[in-house]
Amino acid sequence: MHIPDGFINLATSAGAGVTAAGGLGAVLHRVRTTLSERQIPLAGLAAAFIFVVQMLNFPVAAGTSGHLLGGALVAILLGPWVGAIVISVVLLLQALLFADGGVSALGLNVVNMALIGVFVAWLVFRLLTALLPKTGAALVGAAAVASWVSVVAASGGFVLEYAWGGTGNAPVSTVFAAMVGVHALIGIGEGLITASVLAAVLAVRPDLVYGARLLGVRRAVAVRADRRATATFVLAGIAAALLLVVVVAPHASSAPDGLERVASDHGFAWTGQTSAAAGSPLAHYSVGGVPDAGVGTILAGAIGLVLTFAVGALVLHISARRGASRSTDDAVHR
Amino acid sequence: MSAPALEVRGLEYAYPDGTQVLRGADFHIHPGERVALLGPNGAGKTTLVLHLNGILTPDGGDVTVAGLAVQPRTVKEIRRRVGIVFQDPDDQLFMTTVRQDVAFGPANYGVTGEELDRRVMDALTAVGMAGVVDRPPHHLSLGERRRVAVATVLAMNPEILVLDEPSSNMDPASRRELADVLTGLEITLLMITHDLPYALELCPRAMIMNHGRIVADGPTAALLGNRELMSANRLELPLGFDPSLARPERLPAP
Amino acid sequence: MSAGHTHALYVHGDSRVHALPAHVKLVALLIVIVAVVATPRERVGVFAAHAAVIIAAAACAHLSPRFIGGRLLIGAPFLAFALLLPFVGGGDRIVVGALSLSVGGLWGAWSVLVKGTLALAASVVVTATTPVPALLTGLGRLRVPVVITEIAGFMVRYLEVIAGEMHRAKVAMAARGYQPRWAWQGTALATSAGALFIRSHERGERVYDAMLSRGYQGRLPQLGATAATRADWARALALPLCAAAAAALAVIG
Repeated sequence: MHIPDGFINLATSAGAGVTAAGGLGAVLHRVRTTLSERQIPLAGLAAAFIFVVQMLNFPVAAGTSGHLLGGALVAILLGPWVGAIVISVVLLLQALLFADGGVSALGLNVVNMALIGVFVAWLVFRLLTALLPKTGAALVGAAAVASWVSVVAASGGFVLEYAWGGTGNAPVSTVFAAMVGVHALIGIGEGLITASVLAAVLAVRPDLVYGARLLGVRRAVAVRADRRATATFVLAGIAAALLLVVVVAPHASSAPDGLERVASDHGFAWTGQTSAAAGSPLAHYSVGGVPDAGVGTILAGAIGLVLTFAVGALVLHISARRGASRSTDDAVHR
Repeated sequence: MSAPALEVRGLEYAYPDGTQVLRGADFHIHPGERVALLGPNGAGKTTLVLHLNGILTPDGGDVTVAGLAVQPRTVKEIRRRVGIVFQDPDDQLFMTTVRQDVAFGPANYGVTGEELDRRVMDALTAVGMAGVVDRPPHHLSLGERRRVAVATVLAMNPEILVLDEPSSNMDPASRRELADVLTGLEITLLMITHDLPYALELCPRAMIMNHGRIVADGPTAALLGNRELMSANRLELPLGFDPSLARPERLPAP
Repeated sequence: MSAGHTHALYVHGDSRVHALPAHVKLVALLIVIVAVVATPRERVGVFAAHAAVIIAAAACAHLSPRFIGGRLLIGAPFLAFALLLPFVGGGDRIVVGALSLSVGGLWGAWSVLVKGTLALAASVVVTATTPVPALLTGLGRLRVPVVITEIAGFMVRYLEVIAGEMHRAKVAMAARGYQPRWAWQGTALATSAGALFIRSHERGERVYDAMLSRGYQGRLPQLGATAATRADWARALALPLCAAAAAALAVIG
């Protein structure tokens, strides 16, 4: 989900940069007193760990594979403050050294993955664990759901950024369907992987898991994979994805309308310029984005959305393959 | 006789989970001595070493380095005097270049500028690694990393050098290079090792540790030649190695 | 790009660009990237000017076009999705062969491709002439918080070590016949990732002990950050400011 240069216009990227700097500044300020000096090498090692795990090919089906983003995992293992810092460092080095995410898009990526991704995951995790009994299974289940929500939220952040300053001329509803819909499916994988990695750590060193410590879970807990719960999670995720794509997506165009109206009301001069010069999607969104009563229109819209789904899956496959070639490279050079 | 470089008295320690590891370890080492610490896995050797510079605090007993007792307020000076080279050089070389790693120690003690550069190069030259000063540590071989790890500690001008399994996993040539380096240093040495020929070659005196205490202490050749002592402590000489026939010509006089 | 080759980004040399302090180069890079991203996508000529600036910088750094091209190819797959834009874009459409493509989408794809490629090329010039430790020190001089650069330093240092451990674990699993193709077969992989986290944490604790053993008291000693002269700044910013000027003209004009 790393955004490259040139996809979001400069004004939005800069705005995101300021937001990211502000958010990280707040996080750093918050941990200033609690971040002991011993946690700095630990955070560095955690950052290396996240980078390495992001490159692992986790099987999905019939030999295709997916990857972990890791925002929820770091939030639960290290706490949201250290987690946000760790993800930000990973993003910074990925942009500068690994051409993964544009340098001008660093602010956008930090906002989506280090801030939204990590904190949404933590909030959902805390909410669920407050309601559920303090067992290992509840921890792991909460982690799975928190991961799913965090991935979808991060992709939602991207859609907002696109609506504000995207340069692709794809209508916002299409982008919403493709990004949020596809990430609702990716979120299933993220949830399952996060849950299993967390379970593995809980079985041996629960004292290392920030989320477990906070809940007073101190002794090693063996969590057995529950088939019914897993199947329910997967089906719920698919259902949510369909819901987002078929029902919510067509309405997504109204949100950016609101944004543009607010922007022009408050005299943001650059917005007008962006619409004209950079070709923001607001100027071009297709009629399909406006909800219409006719069944034929809905059908046409659905077909279009299924096509975008397919396109999105293709994108997934390309990026998964790239991850695979990276780790093969690794193997070859050892 | 001068004050001991290192004096350990009645050291006791138990892990947080309750396992008793040190049960009254007692020994002292005089300046200039080279001593090997032998013993089976789990005897508490590495745990003992972590007490020597205050990383771990004993439940009982004390440690004194060149007359200075190891306590929370003296710990910084102690760490300059006791240079510990840990078993895994990757744990020890944590900066992004060799220069930064070797400079890390002295810089923490206020050494700066040209003096710092001089210390870095002197330490690296002493271990024969001056050529890799600006390389990242993860691009050195294990033997090279071991030697750089020694340099990181030498740069602080310690009184005593403590090495934890310095020759493990090294090919014979690297092992030889490290032995040459250690022989050439004028320093008090404590070396934990399973490599008995290495111990004999480099250390005239040896101690055997088992069950959390020192069970034997004497000339290395005598300890290695004592078959009951060796087998009682899970130690065994390599096939065909006869300590009485080994000619440690290059050893400094005990 | 393999995680194990952060050093492979740096190309030894003694060009003027190599000699410049890192923070100066980072500022120059930022100016170039901002200029590229700010340029309206229709102004193809201005992009050509940007490309010329970057090529000139690469020449000053003694980096061959083939080298830059090679690095660009590694980053290429990220831009692949840009090719999808002509198909999903809205607005006017033109017919090319058998395909109906969105004009806006085509421009959008062009925007991502050209800006992404130019920004990447500019980054390559900097990373090829600046060793990673210097880059991190440079970031520190640009007011990036010390916590961030220190954590980044440890991450860079231990990336290969952690990657190596994961790789050996995967080899060991494969050697025992593990070939997961379906999601439920992936638990062993997740378990080994969990074990990797624990081992990484324990290594982090040993690193901290080693730091303490060499007198660490909370701040990594600041070593060797070179100051920049006015000449350094002038040399570094000459070309980027040309790009910025071209972009400004394109935006205003």
